Amino acid sequence: MKRPLASITLLISALSLLSGTAYAADPNLGRNLAATCAACHGTDGKTAGINANLAGVPKDTLVQTLKAFKSGEKPATVMNQLAKGYDDAQIEAIAGYLAAQRK
Amino acid sequence: MTSNRREFLKLSAAGATLSALGAIAGCAGSVRPPGHVVVVGGGYGGATAAKYIRLWSQGSVHVTLVERNPNFVSCPVSNLVLGGTRSIADITHGYEGLRKHGVRLIQGEVSGIDSDKRSVKLANGDSLSYDRLLLAPGIDFLYDAVPGLTREIVETQIFHSWKAGPQTVALRKQLEDLKDGGLVAIAIPKAPYRCPPGPYERASVIAHYLKTHKPRAKLLILDANPDIVSKKGLFTKAWDDQYKGILEYRKEHNITALDAVTRTLRFEFGDPVKADVLNLIPPQIAGAIAGPFINKNKLWVGVDWLTLESDVAKNVHVIGDATFSAPGMPKSGHMANSQAKVAAAAIINLLAGQPVNPEPVVNNTCYSYVDDRNVVHVASVHTYDARDKTFKAVAGAGGLSSAPTDIEGKFAEAWAKNIWADTLG
Repeated sequence: MKRPLASITLLISALSLLSGTAYAADPNLGRNLAATCAACHGTDGKTAGINANLAGVPKDTLVQTLKAFKSGEKPATVMNQLAKGYDDAQIEAIAGYLAAQRK
Repeated sequence: MTSNRREFLKLSAAGATLSALGAIAGCAGSVRPPGHVVVVGGGYGGATAAKYIRLWSQGSVHVTLVERNPNFVSCPVSNLVLGGTRSIADITHGYEGLRKHGVRLIQGEVSGIDSDKRSVKLANGDSLSYDRLLLAPGIDFLYDAVPGLTREIVETQIFHSWKAGPQTVALRKQLEDLKDGGLVAIAIPKAPYRCPPGPYERASVIAHYLKTHKPRAKLLILDANPDIVSKKGLFTKAWDDQYKGILEYRKEHNITALDAVTRTLRFEFGDPVKADVLNLIPPQIAGAIAGPFINKNKLWVGVDWLTLESDVAKNVHVIGDATFSAPGMPKSGHMANSQAKVAAAAIINLLAGQPVNPEPVVNNTCYSYVDDRNVVHVASVHTYDARDKTFKAVAGAGGLSSAPTDIEGKFAEAWAKNIWADTLG
C-alpha cells in the first residue's frame, strides 16, 4: 500500500511538471541543494567532524528531522535557522539525494 | 601551436571519449560535456569549484587550477593562531586532494587574461587555453587609501594578517613580544570587507590572550564603521562580561594618517592613537587578477548570479570575495564555497549546451570565538530572486546564537574540518 507521503510527493512532482518549475526541470536539483549542506556535513553528507553524517541516511528520517528543525520541535544551535530557508519540496529533494549516497 | 594548446586538444579529445562512455552508461541526470576550465586562485572558492567541476562532470571536464602558494592557509580559524590556541600548521593544508580528483595543479602567477582569445598567460611565459575561466582571486588591499601606508610597511612592520600565512605568524610574534602594560590597536576599514565579524572575533581572542598572559595590557578597536558590523549584541555582551578594562571599542574612526615609525594613527574625529602593536586592516578591492572585470563602485566584479559569469566578459566567471555581493551576502569562505558549487553546476551545463539551474540556493554559517573556547554563530540562506536577478536572504530563516557556548565551539571545529575536506579533499 502506498503511504500518503509518497502520494503527496507524486502530486507535488506532477504539479511541478505542470507549472514548469525547476523542481521538474533540473535533474540535478537534489544534488545542487544537498551541496549547500556539505560545508558543515561533508561532501555528499559524509562528515569529517562531530556534525551528523547525512550520507545514506533513509530519506524519511532526513525529511522528518529537517522538518522538525524547521518547526522548532527539534532544538538545535544552527539547524532551526537554516532549515527555515528551505521549502518542503527542497527538503524532499535534499533528502532524496543524500539517502542515495554511500555511507 | 604551443605545447599547452596541443595538450589541451588532447585533453578535449579524451573528454569527448569519456562523455561518450557516460552516454552509454546512461547515468540519470548526469551531464558530461567535454571542455577545459581554468580556475585561478585556490582558496575556499577556487579549490571548491575545481573539485566540484571534476566531481559533477564525472571527470569529463578538464580543470587546471593556477595558485601562487604551495599550500592552502585558512583565514577562518587564523584568529586563533593570533590568540595562541592554534598553530599555523593547524590551518595549513596541501592541494594533493584536488589532484586525486584529476585537477591539474599549476603553482604560478597569472600575468594576463585575453578573454576574446580565451587564453590565460602565466608569469613564466606559458599560456593556457580555456573554454571557461573561473576567477577566485579573493581580495587585494588599497594601501593608498591609508596615507602613510605602503606595501613595504605592510610586509615588514604593520601587519594586516587579513590573508592567513606569514602575516598571521608575524602578528602573533608581535603579540608575544608585547610588554605587559602595552597597547594593541586593531583598525577596521569601512564595510564591505572580507569576513564581517572577523575583526571583532580577532579583538576578542587577542583580548583573551592579554587577559591570560599580559593582564595589564590593553586592546583598542578603532572602527571606521558607524557601529559594529556583525554580531553586535553578542560581541558587546562578551566584551562586557569578559574584557572590561582590557578592551575598548571606538566607532567612526576613519584613518587620515599613519606614522609607521611611531605606530601612530590619526583620525577624522577623535584623539590620535599610538600603539605598541598595530594591526591595521586596510580597505579592500577585488583581487588584481579580476581587475579588468571590475564594474561596481570601482571595487568589485558584478556577476550573473545564476552562473557567476562576469557582467562584462563572456566565459569568465568570478566567485567569492571579489564579487559585488548580493544584498545581505557576506564575503566569507563559507559563501565562496557555496557560490563555487552554483558556478560549477552552471559551467558544466553551459559546456553541455543545457539550461542552468534557475533556482540556485546558497547559505552561510559563520562561527566566531569570543575567547579560547566559547563561540557564537550567524547563519543565513539565500535564494535566487528571478525578478530582481539577485540572491536574497530568505525571510524568517537564518539568525544568531543567543549566547556564546562551548558546544558551538565544538561545532566550529567540526565546521572547519568539514569545509576543509569539502574544499580540498
